[in-house]
Amino acid sequence: MAIVLNQNKTSKQLLWVGIAGIVMFFAGLTSAVIVRKAEGNWLEFQMPDWFWISTIAIISSSILLHISKRAVKNGTSPLVFLLGALALGVVFTFSQFFGWNQLVSEGVYLTGEGSNPAGSFLYVITLAHLLHLLGGLIAISVTTVNSRRGKYTAENYLGIELTSTYWHFLGVLWLYLFFFFNYL
Amino acid sequence: MSDHHKETFITKYIFCQDHKMIAKQFLITGMLMGVIGMFMSILFRLQLSNPGESFAVLEWFLGDKWAPGGVLDPNMYLSLVTMHGTILVFWVLTAGLTGTFANYLIPLQIGARDMASGFLNMLSYWFFFGATIVMLISLFVESGPASAGWTVYPPLSALPQAISGSGLGQDLWLVGMALFIVSSLLGGLNYIVTILNLRTKGMSMSRLPLTIWALLITAIIGVLTFPVLLACALLLIFDRSFGTSFYLSDIIINGEMLHNTGGSPILFEHLFWFLGHPEVYIILLPALGLVSEVMSVNSRKPIFGYKAMVGAMMAIAFLSCIVWGHHMFVTGMDPFLGSVFTFTTLLIAIPSAVKVFNYLTTLWRGSIRFTPAMLFAIGFVSTFITGGLTGLILGDSALDINVHDTYFVVGHFHIVMGLSAIYGMFAGVYHWFPKMYGRMMNKKLGYLHFWVTFIAAYGVFFPMHFLGLAGLPRRYYTNSAFPMFDNLTDINEVITFFSIIGGLVQLLFIFNFFYSIFKGTKSEQNPWKSNTLEWTAPVERIHGNWPGEIPSVERWAYDYSKPGMDEDFVMQNVPLKEGETEH
Repeated sequence: MAIVLNQNKTSKQLLWVGIAGIVMFFAGLTSAVIVRKAEGNWLEFQMPDWFWISTIAIISSSILLHISKRAVKNGTSPLVFLLGALALGVVFTFSQFFGWNQLVSEGVYLTGEGSNPAGSFLYVITLAHLLHLLGGLIAISVTTVNSRRGKYTAENYLGIELTSTYWHFLGVLWLYLFFFFNYL
Repeated sequence: MSDHHKETFITKYIFCQDHKMIAKQFLITGMLMGVIGMFMSILFRLQLSNPGESFAVLEWFLGDKWAPGGVLDPNMYLSLVTMHGTILVFWVLTAGLTGTFANYLIPLQIGARDMASGFLNMLSYWFFFGATIVMLISLFVESGPASAGWTVYPPLSALPQAISGSGLGQDLWLVGMALFIVSSLLGGLNYIVTILNLRTKGMSMSRLPLTIWALLITAIIGVLTFPVLLACALLLIFDRSFGTSFYLSDIIINGEMLHNTGGSPILFEHLFWFLGHPEVYIILLPALGLVSEVMSVNSRKPIFGYKAMVGAMMAIAFLSCIVWGHHMFVTGMDPFLGSVFTFTTLLIAIPSAVKVFNYLTTLWRGSIRFTPAMLFAIGFVSTFITGGLTGLILGDSALDINVHDTYFVVGHFHIVMGLSAIYGMFAGVYHWFPKMYGRMMNKKLGYLHFWVTFIAAYGVFFPMHFLGLAGLPRRYYTNSAFPMFDNLTDINEVITFFSIIGGLVQLLFIFNFFYSIFKGTKSEQNPWKSNTLEWTAPVERIHGNWPGEIPSVERWAYDYSKPGMDEDFVMQNVPLKEGETEH
C-alpha cells in the first residue's frame, strides 16, 4: 500500500505556507526601506519606463495561465497558452534588465561611489523578485513539457494549478513592489 | 499491510526520506556540533579566568598561529565566542532540537505514515548538512572564522579590513546561515502542513498532545521570521561583497575614507532582532512541549490546564514578534518607543507564569517517577523561572541600561534559553530513546548526568549575574587593564571550573547514548506507560510506522489515573467505555 496522502490538498498548502514565508521576506526588505528612508539622505528618482512593460507582461502572463487552467479543465489543450505565458515571463525578465540599464544611465547606481541606499534597495529587491520569478519560469517550462506529453487531464491538473497560483502570487508581489517604489 | 520495503544502505541511512531516520540524522549532527560548541566555550573560559596564561591544550588545538606559546590570540578569542553562540543557538537548539523532535514525533503522535513531503524533509536535512560543512570549513580558513559575535553586527561584520574574522570566515558564516535558513524553512513548511492535514481519524486539534502544539507554533513563527533574517543577511552580503551601503556610512579606516554613505547599522539591528527574538521562542517552545509530555507521563496525572497551555504558547509566540526593540534600548531609541517595547516584553511574563503554574500543579500530588527525563523536565522548570526573573530586569528599559552588554545578560539568556532548551532536549532524548532505538538508556548514568549538569550549569551561570551587576562587560578578551575588576578574578575561576566539570559530564551522556544504542537493555513497546500514539507502533522501525491500519484516536492524550479505569493510563486509541465522559 502506498502512503495515502491527500496529495492535492497538501501540495497546495505547502505552496501557500511557502508563499507566506516569501511574503515575510519581502515585508522585511520593504520595511527596511521605510525605516531607512525616514532617516533622510535619500535619493529621489523616477522608476524606469521599462518597469511599466514588466507590469503589463506579468499581468498578461497571469491571465494566460488562468486561461490555460480553464482550458485543461474543459478538456482542451493548454499548450498554446502555457507557451504564451512562458514567453511573457521572458519578456518580464528582459524588461527588468532594460529597466536597470535605464536606471544606470540616469545615474542611479547599485554600488560604489555615488550610490545611495534608495537605488541599491530598488536593485536588490527587484533582483530578489526576479530570482523568485526564475523559479516560476522553471515551473511553467516543466508544466509546458508535461502538457505537451499529455500529462494533464480534466481531473488531474495539479501541476498547472500550483504553477499558476505561484505565478499569480509573483504578479501580485510585483504590483505591490511597483506601487511601493512608485508612490511611497 | 505496511509499505515497508527493502532498503539499501544509501536509502536507509543517507538519502533517507523516512522521518524517523531524518530525525536521528538531525539529532546526531546536532550532538556533534554541540560537543564542538561546548568545547569552544571551555577554551575561551580558560582565557577569561586566567588571562594571558599559557595552556598546552590551547596550543595543541589551535596551533602556533592562534595560540602562540599556549596563550589564546585575541582574534581567535572573538571567533570562538562567535562560533560558540552560532553553533549552540542555531545548530544545537534550533536544528538539533526541532529537527529531531518535530521529525520524530509529528507523524508518530498524530498518526501519520510519514511527513507530508518526505522529499522536502530529506532536502531540509541535506541543506542543514551543507550548512554544517560550510560552518566547519570556516573554522580552518587562514584568516580565522567569523568573529563579530553571533549577532554579526555591522560595520564590524561588513568590512573585511576591520578585523581578521571579517574576511573569508564571515563570508562562509553568511553562506552557512543562508543554507541553514533554507533548511529551517523547508522543515517548517512540512511540519505545519503535516500537522494540519495528516492527523489520523479522531485526532482533532483539541486532542493533540502538547508536544505537537508546541512544534506547530514553533514552525509557524519560524516560517514567518526566518525569511526576515534572510533579507537581513542578503543586504549584509551586498554590503560586504558588492560595495552597497545599506548598513554603512561615513567610515574611516586607517585614515582612508570609505565611499559608503547613507547606510544605517541600526537598520541591521531591527531586521536581525525581528528574527532574533522570536528565535528565542523557536528554541524554547519545543522544549516547553516536550517537558509538558514528560511531566504529565511521569506524574501519572493529566497535564494541568491543557487549553491554557496551548493559549499560553500562542500568546508567547505572538508577543515574541513584537518585542525585538528590547535588544536595542541603548541604540538611541526614542524613550517612548522604548517604553512600548518594555510593555510588550513584560507582557510575556503572563503566559510564562501560566505555564510555570501549570507545570507545578501537574506535579502537585502526582505519583512522581523520577526518571532521568523527569529530572531534566523539572530542571527545566527551575531554569525557566530563574532565567525568567532576570528577564524582567532586562526587559525594563530603565533597568536594562545599567546592565546592558554585561555578564548579567550572558547569565540571563544562558539560563532561560540555553539551559532550559537543552534540558528540554535531554528530557526528550531520555524519554523517547526507547522508541528511537528499541533499547533503554542507562538510568544510573542518567542520574549522574543530570545532577552534575544541574549543579555545574548553575555554578557557571548564576555567578555571572554578580559579575554583570559589578559592571563587567561581556565579550572582552581580558579585563586586566581595568583595576576595578581585579577582585572579580576569583569568580571567573569558579565559573571556568564549573564549565569544565559541566563539559566533561556531557561526555558521559554521549557515552550512555551510543553505548545504549548497541548494548542497552531491550525496551518493551510502551516502557513509560504513556498514552500517546507513538507507543502503539511496534518497536522495530517500519517505513510507514504501523504495520496495519493506522490507529484511530478516541480520547485526548492525558488520561492518566482516570477514576474508574483498570490502569493508571489509557492510550489514545482506546475507545471510551460506556458512560465514560471525555476528560
